[in-house]
Amino acid sequence: MGALGDGRDRASEAPRAARPQAAPTRSKGGPLSELLELATRVAGWARPGEEVEAYVSRGTETQVKAYQGEVESISSATSAGVGIRVVTAGRQGFAYTGSLQLRDVEDALGQARDNAAFATPEAWVGLPSPDGLAPAPLDLWREDLARLPMAKKVEAALRLERETRSRDRRVRKVESATWFDEAREMALASSLGMQSEERATACGLSVAAVAGEGAESQVGSGYTVGRSPGELVAERASGDAVTRAVRLLGARKPPSARLPVIFEPRVAATFFSLVASALSGQRVLKGVSLFAGRLGEAVASPRLTLYDDPTDPAAWGASAFDDEGLVCRRNVLIGAGVLEQFLYDTASARRAGAKPTASAVRGGYGSPPGVGFFAVCALPGDKSPEEVLAQVGTGLYVQSVSGTHSGVNLVSGDFSVGAEGLMVRRGELAEPVREVTIASSIQRMLQEVVAVGNDLERLPSRAAGLSLAISEMSMSGA
Amino acid sequence: MAGDKEQALRELVDEALAARVLRRALATGGEFAELFVEDRRGCLVSLDDGRIEQLSSGHERGAGIRVVAGATTGFAHTADLSVGGLLAAAEAASAAARSTSAGARVAALARHVMGEPEVEVLPSDVGKGAKVELLRRADEAARFANGSVRQVGATYRESRRQVLVANSEGVFTADDQVRVRLGITVTASGDSGMQTGSESVGGTAGFELFGRHDPEQLARAAAERAARKLRARPAPTGTMPVVIRCGSGGVLFHEACGHGLEADHVAKDFSVFAGKAGQQVASPLVTLVDDATMGGEWGALGIDDEGHPAARNVLVEDGVLTGYMWDWLRAAHATRAKGDVGVSPLGRLFAGSRLAEGRLPSNGRRQSYQHLPMVRMTNTFLLPGEEDPDEIVRQTPFGLYVAQLGGGQVNTATGDFVFGITEAYMIENGELTHPVRDANLIGNGLKVLQDIDVVGSDFAMGWPGTCGKQGQGVPVGTGQPTLRVRALTVGGTAGEARTPAGGLSWGGQAR
Repeated sequence: MGALGDGRDRASEAPRAARPQAAPTRSKGGPLSELLELATRVAGWARPGEEVEAYVSRGTETQVKAYQGEVESISSATSAGVGIRVVTAGRQGFAYTGSLQLRDVEDALGQARDNAAFATPEAWVGLPSPDGLAPAPLDLWREDLARLPMAKKVEAALRLERETRSRDRRVRKVESATWFDEAREMALASSLGMQSEERATACGLSVAAVAGEGAESQVGSGYTVGRSPGELVAERASGDAVTRAVRLLGARKPPSARLPVIFEPRVAATFFSLVASALSGQRVLKGVSLFAGRLGEAVASPRLTLYDDPTDPAAWGASAFDDEGLVCRRNVLIGAGVLEQFLYDTASARRAGAKPTASAVRGGYGSPPGVGFFAVCALPGDKSPEEVLAQVGTGLYVQSVSGTHSGVNLVSGDFSVGAEGLMVRRGELAEPVREVTIASSIQRMLQEVVAVGNDLERLPSRAAGLSLAISEMSMSGA
Repeated sequence: MAGDKEQALRELVDEALAARVLRRALATGGEFAELFVEDRRGCLVSLDDGRIEQLSSGHERGAGIRVVAGATTGFAHTADLSVGGLLAAAEAASAAARSTSAGARVAALARHVMGEPEVEVLPSDVGKGAKVELLRRADEAARFANGSVRQVGATYRESRRQVLVANSEGVFTADDQVRVRLGITVTASGDSGMQTGSESVGGTAGFELFGRHDPEQLARAAAERAARKLRARPAPTGTMPVVIRCGSGGVLFHEACGHGLEADHVAKDFSVFAGKAGQQVASPLVTLVDDATMGGEWGALGIDDEGHPAARNVLVEDGVLTGYMWDWLRAAHATRAKGDVGVSPLGRLFAGSRLAEGRLPSNGRRQSYQHLPMVRMTNTFLLPGEEDPDEIVRQTPFGLYVAQLGGGQVNTATGDFVFGITEAYMIENGELTHPVRDANLIGNGLKVLQDIDVVGSDFAMGWPGTCGKQGQGVPVGTGQPTLRVRALTVGGTAGEARTPAGGLSWGGQAR
């Protein structure tokens, strides 16, 4: 119990540090403290010798879809739940409930205790204690989004659909034009004195355009996202969707070749996510990462610096706390080509004897935390996208990839994925191609980065992208 | 786990309450309202590297209410199943679909409740210790199967989903869906590095499934698969005949053909199959079926998530497109357009399809009460043909034999797809030679259906799958006989393949 008391003392400092920054956006007696109160109450139910953590989240979402000048659907919903971890003598159990009612939460705690009894005990299993770091002064909540009337959202979706259709005569239709927004609040408390709370809003417009000529159809998607409606640029969503669909018209399967490849930002972001997944300390500990044992080595071209920075307020995945309540920090993964560190949650950091990186993430209240990342990003280079094309001269410009969940082996690093895009000739985009695969290994790809663009693109995902040129891959076509 | 202390859903929401909620949902207009109530419990146990790493269990319960007014659907959901909570959600849904016309009348609700699930041993009646033991047995069997085995991971999952659906057309029905699943992944290491092999089994069934499918045998199969991949060479690159072993590649037809036959994609002219009903779209050897009534299979249902009885739907018969898969909304729209087939755009897209034969839509599914239903597959498979499966390989001078296909993705507008291959062998002079790895299959759904040139007399369902569509995941089954596709593009990491006549070349193998 003494240790418990210590934890609480330290914990009382962490939230104090957070409050001055959070205060301007928090309404007095608002919903946040209600969630934290529930989490703290559950943590207080810990029995002697037991660690208990409660993660409480609540979210409101709206989605409006427009189709052919009419509203196709409007959904609005609030969901909330609690995920509970119990650790007893190195054994962890987890349970959740999709409810904030005390009776359901008590049931979940009972289940988590029961589950813990069956786990294999390990010295490194356990909850984190507060580390005294100050959280980043993030302000991710926009009151104007919460106040936006439904009529405005409907209007935005309808207008996006209309504008996308009228942008190019080759646009046959719009598959869907969608407005979406969400407001999320979460709170975490543990019997070791962790206490954190956070809330964020997000909104966006997305559209998929179908362009056609003759019997052929091609699809392109575009989006714009932000934390508040004022940050959205609808023209960008419709413009991207139409450009990406139209430029693929007439695409053919090219002959197989080995050639340089340029990833446009969305594709680069997909690959950065894969690299970050392989950098999970958990994967490394289990010997299923291509990066195992390579710390300090030059694993990439010196042009490439890759980091995960949840403290950057402009990042879609910005967060002051990780999903175990630790204060998020900027983690450099690959610095000028050198592998600098892996990502860890509390248990994997203890097991590896490594410095914690506050990289615990959850898929919501229904899953326990595991190692992940928040806001992976490459340091932008000095070339514009046009200059990247000019440098490469001849190659394949990849607009989208498919099959990454099955075509990439994070153990061996080998990959082969479907791709569509355009050929690059004389430094410019040329004829479109489809039905090809591109193959290489992550190891080779990272070493063969020959240009990094300055066109950093924030995506609605945990990774941002930019133009990236790779000197050689094998393209399989006809 | 679905404890006796919990009231059954239909006691919680009876006909009178359902009718009241539906009337409230239609109070400000609309022609259709639906109440979907769900109680879901799940449990997961995972083993990794000999340790029981995770045990988690959870419970969620709530209701989703939708109102359809003209082209607009309003939807709201709530975790509050009290009278007040349900009425508030009904009001939110109706506000979203506000219409100028008077609301439809709610038909008298006719109770039609499915029987108890056909489950011998409810997973909730089995202790957690027995589930842990299942994983331990698999772990041990895999470790002893092969000297190259380094890591074993195994996961057991169970779910029980009780649903109740009531709608303004008079439907009042319920179902109880129990599923269990076991997945095993083995990592083996050798001179060529590390490789993994997996096996998976699942069903709409109880714990008795593991009496029929021995976890030890599955684990050994996964270990052998990983060990074989250690000896595999990088796959070649190029277009070649591809033979797919029965039960290993049904996912290709699910992705590349099934999605294009979903009426929501068709209604938006977002499918290569739109407007093609009655036409020859595939080789005459192809008959494609979606069947939710296959007892015990992973994608089996009593009712769909719109309360309509599970059904068997023939989609392609002897190569002719005979039908699409429907949910309530798409069927209602198409029925309305049916009056002017060939005139209205929607009528043209669905011309020749079998919708108006008095059948109910049966493919409306949703991930949970928090989601709107849409057209989804259940168990989708190709029927067997007449050829001896061994003969298919013997008749293939050169090509790729796929023993297990991985996951894939399809662009439904173009039909272009890409699939990973997790186990494959080269076919040379009518015989399987060495294993190959790290390859994708890439092609086009319509073309692959036309290019099937031999279909075997065998048949098997494949691994339990989760199909993702617009962010919603639902359990689906797939299956197929051994068959050959005349030409498919193989995207490997080795150089370009040439036929034996031109001298087989493996190109840059070195890493």
